Amino acid sequence: MAATAAQRGLDEVENPLTAGLERLPVAPTTLVIFGATGDLAKRKLLPALYNLAHDGALPERFHLVGVSRKTKEHEEYREECEAAIRRFSRRKPDEAVLEGLLSNVKYVPGTFDDESVYGELSSVLDGFEQEAGEPLNRAFYLSTAPSFFPVIVDCLGTSDLNHHKGGEVRLIIEKPFGTTLEEARELNRRVLAKFDESQVFRIDHYLGKETVQNMMAFRFANGMFEPLWNRNFIDSVQITASEDLGIGSRADYYDSAGALRDLIQNHMLQLLCHVAMEPPVSFTSEEVRNEKVKVLQAIPEPAAQDIADMAVRAQYVAGQAGGDDVIGYLEEEGVPEDSNTETYAALRLEVDNWRWAGVPFYLRTGKRLARKVTEIAVTLKPVPHLAFSQEGSLGVQPNQLVLTLQPNEGVSLRLGAKIPGTRMIIRPVNMEFLYGTAFLSQSPEAYERLITDAMRGDATLFTRNDEVEAQWRICDPIVSAWTAEPGPLPTYVAGSQGPKEAEGLLREGDHWRAI
Amino acid sequence: MGVTDVVWSEQGTTPDAIEAALRQLLVEVHAQDESLVPARVLNMIAFVDREWTGEIANRLRGVGRYHASRMLVLAYESGRERLDARVTISTEHDAAPGELALLRETVVVELGEKHLDDLVTIADPLMVTDLPTLLWSPHGHQDIVGELLSLSQAVLVDSVDEPVAADALQRAWSLKDQAYVVDLAWLRSTPWRERVASSFDPPARRPDLRSITSVEIRHHPASQVSAMLYAGWLASRLGWQTDALVAANNSLSGIARDDTREVRLCLRRAPELQVRGLEGVTIQTASGRSLSLDRGAGGLRAISREPDGAEHQWTIPGASRGETGVLGEGIRQALLRDPTYVPALGAARAMAA
Repeated sequence: MAATAAQRGLDEVENPLTAGLERLPVAPTTLVIFGATGDLAKRKLLPALYNLAHDGALPERFHLVGVSRKTKEHEEYREECEAAIRRFSRRKPDEAVLEGLLSNVKYVPGTFDDESVYGELSSVLDGFEQEAGEPLNRAFYLSTAPSFFPVIVDCLGTSDLNHHKGGEVRLIIEKPFGTTLEEARELNRRVLAKFDESQVFRIDHYLGKETVQNMMAFRFANGMFEPLWNRNFIDSVQITASEDLGIGSRADYYDSAGALRDLIQNHMLQLLCHVAMEPPVSFTSEEVRNEKVKVLQAIPEPAAQDIADMAVRAQYVAGQAGGDDVIGYLEEEGVPEDSNTETYAALRLEVDNWRWAGVPFYLRTGKRLARKVTEIAVTLKPVPHLAFSQEGSLGVQPNQLVLTLQPNEGVSLRLGAKIPGTRMIIRPVNMEFLYGTAFLSQSPEAYERLITDAMRGDATLFTRNDEVEAQWRICDPIVSAWTAEPGPLPTYVAGSQGPKEAEGLLREGDHWRAI
Repeated sequence: MGVTDVVWSEQGTTPDAIEAALRQLLVEVHAQDESLVPARVLNMIAFVDREWTGEIANRLRGVGRYHASRMLVLAYESGRERLDARVTISTEHDAAPGELALLRETVVVELGEKHLDDLVTIADPLMVTDLPTLLWSPHGHQDIVGELLSLSQAVLVDSVDEPVAADALQRAWSLKDQAYVVDLAWLRSTPWRERVASSFDPPARRPDLRSITSVEIRHHPASQVSAMLYAGWLASRLGWQTDALVAANNSLSGIARDDTREVRLCLRRAPELQVRGLEGVTIQTASGRSLSLDRGAGGLRAISREPDGAEHQWTIPGASRGETGVLGEGIRQALLRDPTYVPALGAARAMAA
């Protein structure tokens, strides 16, 4: 798996033609999607591939192989791909581009534990390479139910598809990466028995979002914030990822996962890392991920006796959303009537290091809350002395910096300002920056960026093995405690701000921001 | 232009009155609907002949989200004495619930000879302070461009508009020290540059860049400058010295040199090509390997020939941007900086000498 000396020598010959190009080259690649007929492939992966093709951003030679249980011919699968692209692409397909993309699609049917599937897959891959007259890189995208991940990885290894003479082999693994720390460790063990870590790309699609990447630019390209970015000036940090929708048709997945596993264990801890990490020495994948792992390691593992004080869960009950009456979680189709799965989770975490000691990090997420919003609110400490009377003021409040990831990506800074008039009366005002108003370009879909990066071998926006385990180390004790505790869970009314129990997590004087 | 159009106009107006009207309109629009907010990305000044204002408006309409946030069209009409203005504030889309919609401002000022001496004082108050400004003069008027450059950080040119390639390249060269030059002739070659860079990027292929023996570039008859810039790009990136090309039949040809070898260059007209830009590129190496890229349906048609004679053909997918797409890309590029254009321009000038 390691590069040969000769290969390293060739790598060192630079390509001066790439200077100044916005789109960097991607080596010729065959992408194999396991779970090719699933929802993720149809809604996200295939449209992302079409849009990359439309923009001329796919490798100069690109082939797609779908692998799934259902028996069908290549042509039938191409028709399914076409239908998915037409339905879910962010732009109307160009017929000639679509036809060109589909002409390079093949399908391999079979169960994932059937060795003959991998033999046939190998033949298809070899066929593409004979046609091309050169070895092509291979990327295996695991978009199946998580229980198949180890099976597929093992079979790829035993079929010798985990390495390829003359080309790179990459393994892209969808979330969830385990449902407990033990499962994550076991999956890492199985994966790393067959693949080198440098070949593995664990997807957290939040990391592909432009606004998450912008957080690093915001922190590390602006000198004005970094001097304040520590326990001396920051009072608390609140990270919110709320949805106004219910679980829709995802009862099967959601009821086995819950809010903590669905969002906090991966996406929200990644956001926390972006807020709390030290500036990396460089923006290489290893340096960035090293800094994130240090943050996760600085968060103490929750002790069993502390969990009730630092974690809250709840379920929504019937209420109103968007002016309509909506049902509660237990009435949703496919949800067991005695389900104890949380649809809301909130945590109070500490990052025990020199920069952040004593600053609470509040994380909350939930379904059927008042509004859809993802934001990070950094509240600064109040000024030490107020020289003027507050009489008549709406309150001199601490400065608050809010980074909004959705729906209106931007940065807002709350300041105190004098109300025009003869008296010194203060009220908070917002200084707003909205990404949409300041750039002409449209952000690509997260999967477009992530698929391209994986094919290029750039792992910066993917989760490393130790990072996944460090995330689970924080969440696993909470999952265990909640699993052990019988219900019923606290509740909140659909369309509300969440359960009142969440107030109990807050330090005296702190408040949840209105969703 | 968009789903929300608010219009103000006045005959015999002044820049102050126009600017005041702009401010008032923005306040009114936002007060009526808080989801409407002004975009603050880029100013763009277009100096155009009044009789072609409609054609320019049509071209700009096609650029979609790449429309400058404030567009000032200075429409020149010989003999005009009065300053007339029309302000339009529009959005491209309605705001989705809970989201924002961006307002774009278009100001058309009609003016005549008597206003040319004071052009900067007319345009300056109508620019949004602290935003970069892109200047475009699609109908020539080079003297006016010189005047307005003091307000601009970038200038948009299309070198294929000039009838003589050497003049076009000299013109771009003379502008480069005063503003960042965005040349549509250069941008038409972007996909070709990306693809050739990509073809030679696999580690095993990179050494071939040092053994290129010939390059043929096929181009629209009016796009010789694009072909020269493309050859200039290869030359400047690969360290080739270029000399003047010689015309023969339907092509220009010559030799580029590096320390060890000569590279044959041929820029061939492709009369069958219906759109501006390049039609194809063929690169050969000393080993006998060659790569040809040609326009095709749904992307570029690639043909590679190996030293042993083996041939492979395939299509590299990609949708055509069309001329409006190229213009939109030109506007977007005003916010970026491509360090490879000026060296390519320098090498192209040597070929056109």
